[in-house]
Amino acid sequence: MSTTHTDNSEQEAAAQLSTAPEEDRAPNLPQLGVIGWARWFWRQLTSMRVALILLFLLSLGAIPGSLIPQADTNQLKVDDFKKTHDTLGPLYDKLGMFHVYSSVWFSAIYILLFVSLIGCIIPRTWQFVGQLRGRPPRAPKRLDRLPAYATWRTASDAESVHTAALELLKKRRFRAHVTGGSVAAEKGYLREAGNLVFHVALIVMLIGFATGQLFKSDGTKLVLEGDGFANTLSQYDDFSSGSLFDTDTGLAPFSFTLKNFEGTYERTGPNKGTARTYKADVTYSQGADGKAKKATIKVNEPLVVDGTKVFLSGHGYAPVLTVRDGKGDKVFSQPVPMLPLDSNQTSSGAVKVMDGYRDKGGKKDQLGFKAFFVPTFAGAGKGQMFSQFPALDFPVLALSAYHGSLGVDSGLPQNVYQLDTTNLKEFKDSKGGLFKQMLRPGETMKLPNGAGSITFEKDVKEWATFEIAKQPGTDWALAGAIGAIAGLVGSLFIQRRRVWVRATTGPDGITVVETAGLGRSESAKLPEELGVLVEQLHDRAPSAPEDTDSETPEPPTAVPAAEGAEK
Amino acid sequence: MNLAAATNENLAHISNVLIYSSMAVYLLAFFANMAEWIFGSRSKTGRAAAALTQQPQAKAAAPAVQVKKNGGTAVLERPQVVTRAASGSRGDVPDGPGAAAGDEQGDLYGRIAISLTALGFLIEFGGVLTRALSVQRAPWGNMYEFSITFSTVAVGVYLVLLAMKKNVRWLGLPLVITVLLDLGLATTVLYTASDQLVPALHSYWLYIHVSTAIFCGAVFYVGAVGTLLYLFKDSYENKLVKGGKPGRFATSVLERLPASASLDKFSYRVNAAVFPLWTFTIIAGAIWAGDAWGRYWEWDPKETWSFITWVAYACYLHARATAGWKGRKAAYLALIAFGCWLFNYYGVNIFVSGKHSYAGV
Ligand code: HEM
Repeated sequence: MSTTHTDNSEQEAAAQLSTAPEEDRAPNLPQLGVIGWARWFWRQLTSMRVALILLFLLSLGAIPGSLIPQADTNQLKVDDFKKTHDTLGPLYDKLGMFHVYSSVWFSAIYILLFVSLIGCIIPRTWQFVGQLRGRPPRAPKRLDRLPAYATWRTASDAESVHTAALELLKKRRFRAHVTGGSVAAEKGYLREAGNLVFHVALIVMLIGFATGQLFKSDGTKLVLEGDGFANTLSQYDDFSSGSLFDTDTGLAPFSFTLKNFEGTYERTGPNKGTARTYKADVTYSQGADGKAKKATIKVNEPLVVDGTKVFLSGHGYAPVLTVRDGKGDKVFSQPVPMLPLDSNQTSSGAVKVMDGYRDKGGKKDQLGFKAFFVPTFAGAGKGQMFSQFPALDFPVLALSAYHGSLGVDSGLPQNVYQLDTTNLKEFKDSKGGLFKQMLRPGETMKLPNGAGSITFEKDVKEWATFEIAKQPGTDWALAGAIGAIAGLVGSLFIQRRRVWVRATTGPDGITVVETAGLGRSESAKLPEELGVLVEQLHDRAPSAPEDTDSETPEPPTAVPAAEGAEK
Repeated sequence: MNLAAATNENLAHISNVLIYSSMAVYLLAFFANMAEWIFGSRSKTGRAAAALTQQPQAKAAAPAVQVKKNGGTAVLERPQVVTRAASGSRGDVPDGPGAAAGDEQGDLYGRIAISLTALGFLIEFGGVLTRALSVQRAPWGNMYEFSITFSTVAVGVYLVLLAMKKNVRWLGLPLVITVLLDLGLATTVLYTASDQLVPALHSYWLYIHVSTAIFCGAVFYVGAVGTLLYLFKDSYENKLVKGGKPGRFATSVLERLPASASLDKFSYRVNAAVFPLWTFTIIAGAIWAGDAWGRYWEWDPKETWSFITWVAYACYLHARATAGWKGRKAAYLALIAFGCWLFNYYGVNIFVSGKHSYAGV
């Protein structure tokens, strides 16, 4: 922009209408010195241009994480991806593409952005405080160059016009004062305040977010109806935590018992089988031995105890099974949870009888059964063990029997829901195949050669899995978010603008009144507002009767628009 | 139970009929809009050309401050407020006369188009409402329902802007075209029979989050149309300034649009006005996720793309405040931002699987 037509007073008039940092468009590369370079670097980092670029990079950097499987959310998919992509897999691995949001480069972008943000906010805040303490600058020499301008001639004297203008402007909540032969007024400081609040709130939000990531804990637990859970590390089925999480003090002491799980499902329509209600009735107690209280956990309504949230995350069935040995003695009797394989609760599991079992000859042995369970069987002859519906309409359990070593003592971790058959021998049926049978509740399967029996009791328990999660800093994040919105509203909807009124009495006793307005950005509201002011002021200092048209004030001439009005 | 189910099915059926009817009415509105543009092309106005090829003049295109005193008997002459563009040499280009360009017949068709659009809106609104009644919940359970709500809201925004006497008639044609596209997609590809929600969607945050998301999308869309037209009009004006001669078709169409500065301002205002609401939408979504999934943010693809969209719009707002990035560059950012929104709306639901996959494409 050329500044040939702009005098100093005009630049001053528009100065400090915002606290946006100056853009140095042609950076003076420092000649020497580490400090010089550091200062240059800092100025670059905290400039609007670099903020813009970093913001852009941040959104660009977030994209791959949404398209490439992420280890934090779905490790299985990542493994799949690696298997099918021989070249891309290792490359992505090196680039951190499987955990984008915790990768070095992604972190670098947002850390730089937030350093930039802090480096930007601090000087802007001081500047703003300075502006609040200061007064609106005096009127520029040529008011008619400003975006909105009005003038008239009046018989009132300059002094009274100024007094009237001051009063009117103050009534409209402008900060106004008389300076240099004119009234200078400004309004809309809240815009800058809102902008600063917004940017500070972003920092608060990030702190909340980071705290959450570092101190979080998160685990799951499968609980049978009637069973309980106490919040200690050893009770979790699986558990993960942030890097600063303290296992000794991090877990809030509480416990709960699952009283009853209830699920109902859509019976008809295209969405047949989708869940309609899904809730767990529990009793819980806070602290080591607090009083038991009742609560209901639903999908969207976690139980909150002491800052820890307990979510209902899954559900399934556990048929109650009884195993008798060769002599008819009960060696095993308990519900065995089956893990669902599809949305209709076709599920599988394993029954493991580890001690107490002796075969017909009285020799110690271990028994294992592979189990498939369907809550709603398709019907005899329709063969396949795929459940037709998730509710317990027609439960059927299919078992196949093994004996030998379950491999529990081998030291390797074992999946309770799967049978490791490497050291097991099959029971054989009469044709020499694997011995298996389908059972309805109440039915018993007799093992060959008097090796005992297994009974599917007339009782199917339900279980629910719970996710027990704690994420500190959430309040900070929320407070930051609310602050950000409030700040944004102030920053985007409030106009910061200045108004000047200058009255000068000529030798003929006639006063020329000039008023003008300047906004930080162009707005249709500014002329309107000025219009209302002019109207009111004109009432107090009405136009002088026009004697001749010789002395009308100089009309606006063709000059380039007011410089710096947008700064 | 059976009786209720039957009424629901009836309502769902009525809803479908209403949606199809609204499409027919929008189609008529489309033809009326086309007629407006075609008849308008008869008049030869070259305002932008005139303003740009002559010496730039600071014109006193001013709202007169005239006040009637005491019952309007004495009209007092008031001082006038003179406005002028604050910066840039092209602030003084007058806005185009609109699609009809003063052609009476064209204007008539334009008015017919608006009436038809309003009628289409009412019918479509009825369609959305009966759909909601048939499932006894807010009609935002799947992409079909998003789409019909989305276009209803977009048309609603347009009609409200018209009612507020904003200069937005130029939006009519592009809007109707997109609405037809959107509804066409909705009824063919995305159609899902009406049904109730899965439990994960039972939450009042759903109502808050999804309704604001749809509203923001509709407004972002309006802003994007403004931005796109700004880019065309701006290059047209640039060409004129450089002494070039744009083609006849371009001249005929672009002359009738508002000045590039007005279009730019319009889309900035629209985008800036919904940005806080979009921020709120994301936060509401996070709160809901916190209750439904246990973590308020876990970089689910939908979340990620909402975030990307948000950052892209923040980029745009920054660009507007940064000297070297005003104008066209900022406009490109705005279009990228809207592209992100679109991808979030269609792309993520269709191509990427995540926890938002309830949408039942
Ligand atoms: C986390 C990244 C950031 C986000 C999401 C963000 C977002 C925004 C938004 C949405 C606005 C628009 C408000 C308005 O127009 O008044 C804005 C304005 C502004 N931002 Fe940022 N910002 C970020 C970082 C920064 C940084 C690092 C700087 C410093 C260089 C900065 C300086 C400014 C300034 C000076 C304005 C006011 C522009 C004006 O006066 O119109 N922002 N920011």
